[in-house]
Amino acid sequence: MSTINELISRFKEIADNPKKAMDDYRAETGKGAVGIMPVYCPEEIVHATGYLPIGMWGAQGKNISKARALLPPFACSIMQSSMELQLSGVYDELSAVIFSVPCDTLKCMSQKWKGKAPKIVFTHPQNRKAAQSAANVFCREEYLHVKEELEDILGVQITNKDINNSIAVYNENRQALREFSDLVAENPGLIRLRDRHAVIKARWFMEKSRHTALLKELNDAIRSAEKVPFNGKRVIVSGITLEPYEVLDIFEEFGFAIVADDLAHETRNFRQDVPQDEDPLMALARAWNLFDGCSLATDADKPKGRILIDAVNKYKADAVIICMMKFCDPEEFDYPILLQEFAEAGVKNLQIEIDQETTSFEQIRTRIQTFSEVI
Amino acid sequence: MDSININEASAKELLGYFQAKLDEEAWEAKKEGRLVCWSASVAPPEFCVAMDIAMVYPETHAAGAGARKASMELLEVADQKGYNIDTCSYARTNLGYMELLKQEAMSGERSEVLKNSKAAYVPLPDLVITCNNICNTLLKWYENLAKELNIPCIIIDVPFNHTMPVKRHNKEYIADQFRVAIAQLEEITGRAFDYDKFFKVQEQTQRTIYWWNKIASFAQRKPSPLNGFDLFNYMALIVCARSREYGEITFRRFCEELEAKDQAGKYAFGDASTEKHRIAWEGIAVWTFLGATFKGLKAQGSVMTGSCYPAMWSLVYTPGDLESMAEAYTRVYINTCGSNRYEEFYKVVRDSKSDGMVMHLNRSCKNMGLLNNEGAEYVNNKMGIPFVSFDGDQTDPRVFSDAQYLNRIQALSEMMDAHNS
Repeated sequence: MSTINELISRFKEIADNPKKAMDDYRAETGKGAVGIMPVYCPEEIVHATGYLPIGMWGAQGKNISKARALLPPFACSIMQSSMELQLSGVYDELSAVIFSVPCDTLKCMSQKWKGKAPKIVFTHPQNRKAAQSAANVFCREEYLHVKEELEDILGVQITNKDINNSIAVYNENRQALREFSDLVAENPGLIRLRDRHAVIKARWFMEKSRHTALLKELNDAIRSAEKVPFNGKRVIVSGITLEPYEVLDIFEEFGFAIVADDLAHETRNFRQDVPQDEDPLMALARAWNLFDGCSLATDADKPKGRILIDAVNKYKADAVIICMMKFCDPEEFDYPILLQEFAEAGVKNLQIEIDQETTSFEQIRTRIQTFSEVI
Repeated sequence: MDSININEASAKELLGYFQAKLDEEAWEAKKEGRLVCWSASVAPPEFCVAMDIAMVYPETHAAGAGARKASMELLEVADQKGYNIDTCSYARTNLGYMELLKQEAMSGERSEVLKNSKAAYVPLPDLVITCNNICNTLLKWYENLAKELNIPCIIIDVPFNHTMPVKRHNKEYIADQFRVAIAQLEEITGRAFDYDKFFKVQEQTQRTIYWWNKIASFAQRKPSPLNGFDLFNYMALIVCARSREYGEITFRRFCEELEAKDQAGKYAFGDASTEKHRIAWEGIAVWTFLGATFKGLKAQGSVMTGSCYPAMWSLVYTPGDLESMAEAYTRVYINTCGSNRYEEFYKVVRDSKSDGMVMHLNRSCKNMGLLNNEGAEYVNNKMGIPFVSFDGDQTDPRVFSDAQYLNRIQALSEMMDAHNS
């Protein structure tokens, strides 16, 4: 059996070099990649084509220059770097790009795509609870639009059987990721935070059954590992993304272990499975309807606070750290409500700002250090 | 409040009178135990009005607070609650105001900030209705209102039209939500929905919209008898009273006045020689500096003759046809793909015979601001007319710079002169 470190280095190699992952996939299968803009694309439909769905979550420490001419400074950090990458030709080898539009910035980004690949745009329904069945019917139609556009652009036929197979592959991957996250929480200190992140991030650049196979090996290795003494603090992180590695290293430096995350880049994608349905597009639509706790999925009950507080209890966490993507207004609107709910439940919390362009992390260091001293 | 003679009052008097009357009616409803609803500005009011629910419009309320220089203290209340200053200032102004009303309701005491506020005094809602045809921020904002006040939230989700014309499944989804909203209202009020009244309210809405569009058409005349900035003022009634007769009465009077003005050879700034340039304004008004932005243009002899913003309430549909109504509410230009959006902007600029464009890069409004340049360039390519952009905000006074604005407006004036010569 490979050691934990060997396995993690394989995940890391992929997480840190998506271009190579894409090239390797093309060399092996003869098929290219389809870009998946954040967030919550029904990736299973892309997987069913045999093309590699590849996540487009910006870049760390990228100097924003060309994008300044196209986006005002108050567009969110992740879209600033996405635009910079588009203008730099980084996405030009993609066969297609899929945009969801659950926030105003993404609506506009979908209309100013500067890459060479054809774009596919779809809209998630937002009246998900009171108008559940109408929302599901609408969502299914939008997913059908994604499927038909993919068929046209890629010159493939996608059958229901293909999508059902892909749903099964993705559900298995989700299950393995939930196990991984829980195993890490049970033995904090065993897996470095940057490694936890890389293992999860790699799924954005890997064919999912391969990610699952490698992850199952890693999960087995973690299960067999000895318990590592841990005297630090257990935290849950919430937000869009928590990168780069340097920020995670600061968490570690001050004794924090991440025992669960509520990140759009990470656990929000695998917190639950796609339910069974004879019609696979309807199954995917129902999954969106059942998905709770993200600022980009409207719900007047605002369950995010409850979900986080439940997680604090379940994972015996000491605090929640809100990782606020700079200029992400949907997340910013959730914050005041969370603050109240955390105060009522006695949950300690901290907010840090995530800016992909930043290369200096002293402000985060100061905040994390101070927080470590007060909790 | 003072009564006025509706038949003899000027449009301006009617505007002030009906605005105050709507607030008073909301308080009356509250006192009598009837329901008050806070509503997004382009959400359909027809359902609530048909059920005798009093309507209050937070965006209009916030704009009014901004125009009276009363938004800053409300923004500070929101800041203290944890609202990031990067979020929409309409939302923050309203959520700050809501917080003050909530504190008053809970403690029985009115805070000094609320007592001294120049913002209109409106009652807390019993329910809210939101619609995302102008932005998804309205989903987040109204989620928070419903959560903070523990009241029902009716959502009319109007999905972004990534392809145009509007697709059938899109219209069907919205029409289905109208039916859900009716059922929600029946549950909330404990009464059967009044379909006969609903039809009459729809007809009223269409009459109001007819007169609203008619006002904007005066700016297409050259010289223009309409000072386009007046649309920003009269907008209060197309938002708050389009399903009531108040809007129709006021707009009709204004049209009569504009016609008389035109006949008398009187135009936006005076005689025909005062109209040196005609400009299209893209974006929400800078309410906190409405006078300054207007005077800056006037000083250059630039009359605002075109704007897509007031046209967002051109919600023309066939009464009795829910899918037609759905289409009207979803085809708002900023809820459509770029190609349609830019073309709609072009039509407004073309029809208003504008010589230049002023693009408000509104810090509060990503949905309008992020595609400003693309829209302006599209029109520039078709018509060759120049444009400038300035930084501002609808109700947060900290963002706007008078000097930058005047500088840009002056530059535009020079570019228009060069282009026209």
